[in-house]
Amino acid sequence: MAKTDTQGGAALDKRGLTDDQLRAMFRNMLQQRQLDNRGFQLNRQGKVPFALGSEGHEAVQAGAAMAFERGKDILAPYYRDLGLAIGIGLTPYEILLSLFARAADHNGGRQFPNHYSSKKAGLMSFSSILAAHIPHAVGAAYALKMRKETGRAVLVTCGDGTTSEGEWHESMNFASIHKLPIVMLVENNEWAISTPLHMQMGQPEIWKRAAGYGMPGRRFNGFDPIETYANVKEALDLARAGGGPTLLEGTCYRFLAHSTDDNDMTYRTREEVVEHRKDDPVPRFERVMIDNGIMSAADVDAMKKEILQETNEATDRAEAMPYPEAADLYEHVYEGAWQPWQ
Amino acid sequence: MAVMNNVEAVRATLYDAMKADDRTLILGEDVGARGNVFLISKDFINEFGADRVIDTPIAEASIVGIAVGMAMEGLRPIAEIQFADFIYPAFNQIVGEAAKTRYRSNGEYTCPLVIRTPYGGGVRGALSHSVSIEALFYHVPGLKIVAPSFPADVKGLLNAAIDDPDPVLFLEHKKTYRLIKGEVPEGHYTIPLGKADVKKTGTQLTVVSYGLYVHWALDAANQLESEGHSVEVIDLRSIRPMDKATILESVRKTRKLLIIHEDNKFGGIGAEISAMVAEEALFDLDAPIRRLCAPDVPAMGYAEPLEHEYMSSPSLMAGAMREMVKF
Repeated sequence: MAKTDTQGGAALDKRGLTDDQLRAMFRNMLQQRQLDNRGFQLNRQGKVPFALGSEGHEAVQAGAAMAFERGKDILAPYYRDLGLAIGIGLTPYEILLSLFARAADHNGGRQFPNHYSSKKAGLMSFSSILAAHIPHAVGAAYALKMRKETGRAVLVTCGDGTTSEGEWHESMNFASIHKLPIVMLVENNEWAISTPLHMQMGQPEIWKRAAGYGMPGRRFNGFDPIETYANVKEALDLARAGGGPTLLEGTCYRFLAHSTDDNDMTYRTREEVVEHRKDDPVPRFERVMIDNGIMSAADVDAMKKEILQETNEATDRAEAMPYPEAADLYEHVYEGAWQPWQ
Repeated sequence: MAVMNNVEAVRATLYDAMKADDRTLILGEDVGARGNVFLISKDFINEFGADRVIDTPIAEASIVGIAVGMAMEGLRPIAEIQFADFIYPAFNQIVGEAAKTRYRSNGEYTCPLVIRTPYGGGVRGALSHSVSIEALFYHVPGLKIVAPSFPADVKGLLNAAIDDPDPVLFLEHKKTYRLIKGEVPEGHYTIPLGKADVKKTGTQLTVVSYGLYVHWALDAANQLESEGHSVEVIDLRSIRPMDKATILESVRKTRKLLIIHEDNKFGGIGAEISAMVAEEALFDLDAPIRRLCAPDVPAMGYAEPLEHEYMSSPSLMAGAMREMVKF
């Protein structure tokens, strides 16, 4: 699928989004890029041991987050979902607490960065084990259906590599059998660490697998937040109304290495990355916003400055927070006091 | 008090739990229309509905994984793995996910989940319907493991497992299902997880076991008694948490320890008990600790002599006890 913008000369089809919502999506995208940069900077400065980037996923995540209904829907993301986490309400400060592994982090500094969890935001805790969270999302969707909580749905996301796992298949199958209120969004960035899509699957269009499960499936340009929003909204609306699951594939690209511990130049060429950079969703959506008169160039500059300042403040504030106490290691093994075996 | 076998005790307890709390549900292979391969949940689907008695696809990883998600979202799932031998595909969901949900979210999310599964041999179950799995899981903090032997314990411990706010692996020895009968108190009661039970008191030797072998160890201990020896038999009941206090108290009294289990010796439950007693009570012992366990082979075979060679017996147990009391 060609990665084109929605504007293309004709008037922008906003797919029902207001200008405020468009600005919020754009802001999310800028914030993602700034926070991604901050994670890598802090790692190179030796201040955090590890960071994961979502660069290239900004549009698919900002669009999907806009379709998510806060206070109602449940999100089961994976570790490259910064834009979904902030798009449903986590703050840059919360993201930085996780980067710095501070005690005030939702996980108390236990998990890697980008392993978000917030019961208040409806964001399910997950591990680094790929696809392990997908049956959890299906179980949560089953709970919604069993309790007849119509109007609510689960949005579960993963990368292309995760669709190779058995639990991904098992979850799709179960969701289809029970017509569960769930949307499976695959953010296809073409790379699973060093393994390209053609070594991950013989048939590269993930959305086509939906037919095998007897559920609707669609592929869309995940570099376009408006297209993403429209597709995820339609699928979530169907799920919320009791219409069952949908498989969505948002195409995007992973601009950064897998993590701060990876060197992507050992397995892909700079030319490939440069070629995809031409479609970078952040500057493209900036042009959409300006060309369609939704923001002026000055507005965009002001927003970028505001985000940089916000990120700097959040960085300083999070860095100043204390680490967890060593004694915290012994908490939350089980409910209540736990007498370790020793 | 009603007399029940272990199958009836599991069934009655599950029935009461389903009746008492509509957040409770059962999911697994053939649990609905068939009512489980041992008929434990027969007719439940008619009474509680297909929403709460779910015949799942044959997919163990997601049986547990979906149950984890249900538990995180406020339900009280009881997942069934049809035979313990089939649990391996679910290993990550149990060890990597269920046991770490509370821990990794700093207590924000919890996983109140029971995973029931029949295990154990002596039923001509061959390589894939006979295994003991407890040693593969008992290493894992965050998980609780229960393996009762008597119907009254099955009920009290299963109730405790269902009420527990953390994931519990509930192991049911399938040879005891219909073989072992006993009185079961009426009404709802729980037995705390992590409490062993002294099934027979004695003064010359402590025997620690669990599952089917508790019954055989009691037979052997009674045989020893008729020969004039006094053997104490502890039913571990819970494997994790483990009741250190009851074991140590008994060993300090009898000064000898024999651990008997159906699982093989290397890295088994007996290894941890031996190490613990060696650390805490070595100078109270009058004899080396001994473990009577299965041989170090992958599994018991289907052919009768192969199963027989793998399994222990009351007479082999009596032999080991005799040597120990005379040491």
